[in-house]
Amino acid sequence: MTTTPVIVPSTEDTLSRRGFFMKLGILFNGFAAMVLAVPVVGFLLSSVTRGRANGYLSWVPLGRIDEFPEGETRLATFRNPNVMPTDGKTVDTPCWVRRVAGEKFQVFAINCAHLGCPVRWFPQSGLFMCPCHGGAYYRDGARASGPPERGLFEYPYKVENGLVTIQAGELPTPGAAIASLTGEKPPCAS
Amino acid sequence: MRIMIGKIGLAKIGDWFDRRLQLAAPIREAAEHPVPRNTASWFYVFGSAALTVFLLQLVTGILLALIYVPSAGEAWSSLQALNHQVMLGWFIRAMHGWGSNFMVAIVLIHMTQVFLFGAHKYPRELTWVVGVFLLLMTLGMAFTGQIMRFDQDAYWGLGIGASIASRVPIIGPAVVKLMLGGPIIAGATLSRFFALHVFVIPGMLIAFVGLHLLMVLKLGINEWPMPGRIVKRATYDAQYHALTKSEGAPFVPYAIWKDMFFAAFIILAIAACAFYFGPFGPTGQPDPTIIQTAPKPDYFFLWLYALLSLLPPSLETPFLLIGPVLAIIGLLLLPFLSGEGEKSWKRRPIAVITVLMIAITLGTFTRMAQIAPWSPHMNAWSGDPVPDRYIHGTTALERQGALVFQAKQCRNCHSLGNTGGQRGPALDSVAVRLTQDQLIRQVIQGGGNMPAYGNNLSAPETTALVAFLESLHPSTQRPARDSARELVLTDGQLKTAGTQP
Repeated sequence: MTTTPVIVPSTEDTLSRRGFFMKLGILFNGFAAMVLAVPVVGFLLSSVTRGRANGYLSWVPLGRIDEFPEGETRLATFRNPNVMPTDGKTVDTPCWVRRVAGEKFQVFAINCAHLGCPVRWFPQSGLFMCPCHGGAYYRDGARASGPPERGLFEYPYKVENGLVTIQAGELPTPGAAIASLTGEKPPCAS
Repeated sequence: MRIMIGKIGLAKIGDWFDRRLQLAAPIREAAEHPVPRNTASWFYVFGSAALTVFLLQLVTGILLALIYVPSAGEAWSSLQALNHQVMLGWFIRAMHGWGSNFMVAIVLIHMTQVFLFGAHKYPRELTWVVGVFLLLMTLGMAFTGQIMRFDQDAYWGLGIGASIASRVPIIGPAVVKLMLGGPIIAGATLSRFFALHVFVIPGMLIAFVGLHLLMVLKLGINEWPMPGRIVKRATYDAQYHALTKSEGAPFVPYAIWKDMFFAAFIILAIAACAFYFGPFGPTGQPDPTIIQTAPKPDYFFLWLYALLSLLPPSLETPFLLIGPVLAIIGLLLLPFLSGEGEKSWKRRPIAVITVLMIAITLGTFTRMAQIAPWSPHMNAWSGDPVPDRYIHGTTALERQGALVFQAKQCRNCHSLGNTGGQRGPALDSVAVRLTQDQLIRQVIQGGGNMPAYGNNLSAPETTALVAFLESLHPSTQRPARDSARELVLTDGQLKTAGTQP
């Protein structure tokens, strides 16, 4: 059997000397950890810090204005402005475009304001219905019934040179920047 | 003679290693440590079964990683390749999927057994606490694993997760971006959930399982609870020690054979399910532009899906954010609040009732989520015809009303003849419940969780629809009538009749 060598500190001098170097060693490692922590934390939080001040939002075209007949609501898709090579199909985002009249539009997010499931438009009854928990919205996006606490999320839009463009780039959730860009409307407003 | 030499050779090789590793003695000690005789019971096999399934998940998970590509653009097609191109890929996927279902179930059974047998009490509090973390990690593996199956359900499930996370006050939006790895569900999202599912959580699981097992070895297996044998901090250790001395038996082989039998049984059960039912999905491609989908979670989160549909909207956010925190704190505090006293379930009625209530609640919610009566049937209006008997012998107006009923998607939420949505009440006998006036008001103004159709129905459409609804009553029951209205009408007629010469 091997015996473990027992280290007995000979004098108090060497102990304090060793203790000093050990403390210095801990301090030095702490410093190294801090130097390392800056890039590590920065990398980990990069998706958050970039999102500040609407950093993800930009204007994307949906199509020509004559693709959207007046008084109707059509499904349109756009490519999310931030694309990474591994994104595949996930950056193709659908939305509901309602051309109220002339250049007056409403562009609704596909995501239900309850928990983000894709809502479907039923022109016959003039309702958006959610397949998950049964939320329903009127044609103007206002909440009709079910668990959602608000109307559908709306993208800010503009019509320039006959092109409908929306400000998008972020998954619409109750706390997202996109949700605060367009205010909540009173129910049944048209 | 050759066998003898072989045996001696093996023993020598064993000795050579043990001189260097020095592991034989501690392993033998651990294996043969005395356990109370009555713990060699079929009730005590669930912990080792959970460990067995965990090891199975590690092996099948590594096998899947040989083919799987954690890229949002290719994950789905690599799963298709596993299902259809790679030999037995479907079986390994099915084993991993069924293994996860079994693991969640076994961990929950193990936890229930431990709680009912009072094994969380002194001195095994920390074992319980580590076990609670193991439960959370198991659920974490289940959720992240569902995302590895990168299909429509996974995509929209992430959206649901993000919507829940975004409700956290102040930091909600930041949490969403941290969770998704960016502003939307995309490549970075799958990659980070892959890292969680394959590196972070399994690493923690291995460490915590090791800790959990170490404590089981150090503190001994919980003795069979006897009614009246009270746990006290001052005396328990000596009592347990005496118990293992007087009626103890070595864990190997006295108790372990039942664990081994059950472990093999569970592996065979998983293999049988995998072989018979096959792998889970993947469902449709994770392409957000395909919106004809009704995402649903895997079975262990179905109860949550039901809860999110049934809670009043105003209670939802507090419940979602505070509920889990309270539940986890409650589980963690349990052994410290009831660390002493009776162990036997026979003397702990509140414990038994609590377990039953949780089981019944979760079971009911899960069953409801399977039926999902709150989801509109998106194709009922065009797919489910109005039953013949409701059309037979009706007037032209009523038949027109039936058309309006279908065309305006009323059927998506209201059933007739047991087909159609169940979001709203079935309308087979609605005329018995509501008078003509009430029907008109309900259709036009909505209310009681029904949208208002006033803007979407012309006056003739409303008249026809209400005429149809008024015809919906059993032949033995008359439709509801407003007696006051009738009185006024007949009164008026009498008066006009009276004034006539």
